[in-house]
Amino acid sequence: MRTDHDDRRVAGYKTMALIRHFDKKAVNLQRTGRLGTYASCLGAEAIGTAAGLALTRDDYFVPYYRDHATLYLRGVPLHQILQYWGGDERGNAFPADSAARRDLPYCVPIATQLTQAAGIASAAKLRHEHAAVLATCGDGATSRGDFYEALNVAGVWQLPLVVLINNNQWAISVPRGLQTACASLADKAMAAGIPGVQVDGNDLDALIEVLDHALERARAGKGATLIEAISYRLSDHTTADDASRYRKASDLHRAWQNEPVRRLRDTLAEAGLWDAQRETDWQQQCERTVEEAIDTYLNLPPAPATDMLDYLYAELPAALRDQRSALAAVDQEVRHG
Amino acid sequence: MAELQTHSAHAVPMNLLEAVNRALARAMAEDDSVVLLGEDIGTNGGVFRATEGLKQQFGFRRVMDTPLAENLIAGLAVGMASQGLKPVAEIQFMGFIYAALEQILSHAARLRNRTRGRLSCPLVIRAPYGGGIHAPEHHSESTEALFAHIPGLRVVMPSSPARAHGLLLAAIQCPDPVIFLEPKRLYRLKRLPVVADGDPLPLDTCFTLRTGDDLTLISWGAAIHETLGAADQLAAEGINAEVIDVACLNPLDRDTLVASVSRTGRAVIVHEAPGHGGMGAEIAATLANQALLHLRAPVERVTGYDCPMPYFQLEPHYLPDEERIVAAAKRTLAY
Repeated sequence: MRTDHDDRRVAGYKTMALIRHFDKKAVNLQRTGRLGTYASCLGAEAIGTAAGLALTRDDYFVPYYRDHATLYLRGVPLHQILQYWGGDERGNAFPADSAARRDLPYCVPIATQLTQAAGIASAAKLRHEHAAVLATCGDGATSRGDFYEALNVAGVWQLPLVVLINNNQWAISVPRGLQTACASLADKAMAAGIPGVQVDGNDLDALIEVLDHALERARAGKGATLIEAISYRLSDHTTADDASRYRKASDLHRAWQNEPVRRLRDTLAEAGLWDAQRETDWQQQCERTVEEAIDTYLNLPPAPATDMLDYLYAELPAALRDQRSALAAVDQEVRHG
Repeated sequence: MAELQTHSAHAVPMNLLEAVNRALARAMAEDDSVVLLGEDIGTNGGVFRATEGLKQQFGFRRVMDTPLAENLIAGLAVGMASQGLKPVAEIQFMGFIYAALEQILSHAARLRNRTRGRLSCPLVIRAPYGGGIHAPEHHSESTEALFAHIPGLRVVMPSSPARAHGLLLAAIQCPDPVIFLEPKRLYRLKRLPVVADGDPLPLDTCFTLRTGDDLTLISWGAAIHETLGAADQLAAEGINAEVIDVACLNPLDRDTLVASVSRTGRAVIVHEAPGHGGMGAEIAATLANQALLHLRAPVERVTGYDCPMPYFQLEPHYLPDEERIVAAAKRTLAY
């Protein structure tokens, strides 16, 4: 008999396959000059999807910059994700009716989002919300003070915070072994007095189980958890990087043997929850969905130049009026040639 | 331009520190979303006692002693503010604020802009700044120009108990992130009348503390004290100086400054921070650009020297004093 759990796994697989296709197309858009520098999530599909499935609408999500799957599941349309990476801040204006309405935007500076996530968790606790905050980061982020400062306060204040590390073994070119002498990144939780858990980042089922437990623990007021999800970055760091300069082809080849999308597909097929026909149908659906998103993205009207000043303060200060007038004149020229 | 209000039936005398404390208490009483966080601000009431009694009055949930990490304090405040709280964070001394700079610059100042208004960051970061109290190393800096250079921030520096009270109330109500720098040298200098139930003061105007036709003295924060003293000395010699307290360094009320100097034709800018790249340079450039044909002398700056704030033995030689200000004023008059 098919269970809710099975439905969740199938839904998870569909998202992972969709995001895999989206990611490939996003890289292509960058290569053809239609997207800015893009951080691929190749190899992180299970982590991002599990996070999106485990979070509720009342929870808060604090991303780093590879969380396209999670933001998509939070209700951010794919074309808006492209809009962000296409150099337009409107991509961070997540829909007001979505689960992402209060989520923090993509965070480019490393680990700085983690202390902010602790602040959001403090606010949720102060207001007695039944909510958890999930913040993500990479393995390199665990070397920054922000990471430890956030875990430390989450421990001492018993905050409803879950920090999920995507340990994809690389911080641009520096391997995990050069980041820390700790046996595991999860060990770093010990310094904050909170539980630290390692989980296979290529295993959607395991990720969901660990995240469900940690998030429910946080919502119940029992405090913070650090989760280290072990994965492998199958892409370059970003489209501006060339990993062949520092990563052995044989290591990459080995990592592909354990990649999360095919692995879940095989598992679902063995359980009778997926088959070749469904796969063909879904891949066609993915292509249509991503093509539509790209089409929408490429046809978005350009932002007015005045946007760069209009959202800086709640109201435009008098001191900036002249500068705004200069930009408004630029907009006039753009409109009227 | 806002005139200074000092006399009212409701005014009670208090020093600058008490004014900060009363403004915090009033803001917390009026708005449940106002919370305080910082090092030693709870049971101890802050190392200067700015938060004295507030934990007892409002509870530990709203007056939070944080772990000792300035970057954390700023990050917590950004997260809280992003979800509608109004955190007022204390950095114990301005010399320790630099660990928080990334959060302030890359996040607090940009959150509204980079989410196109979806989220905002209505936080206040208070820090005592400046020299003159014989403090340890790294306890006497005046680095407001670093913050005034950051778009999206407001930078406010009160120079009297009344302005500390009214500007702090305004900073807490303000939907934008505010860096609120308190002149610790003036904390306990004297008690002056403050209207405890008065209105918040505007965050977008200079305050003209004294009117005069012969020249304009422009300053802010603790240096206002010496600037007013210099104006007294000049008055004794029959020279009438206008004294403007800039108070809000970003956004800057250029109109009041340009109007005054256009009338007097002479300007001396006084600040404690090093002159190089300081706010005085921005103001001088504004005057050169917008009041050039009214100027009867080069704009003078009386500032700290271009060196780190000296440890306290040399501090008196570093800080602008009345004599240096008077001498600069006379140079402009003799030009």
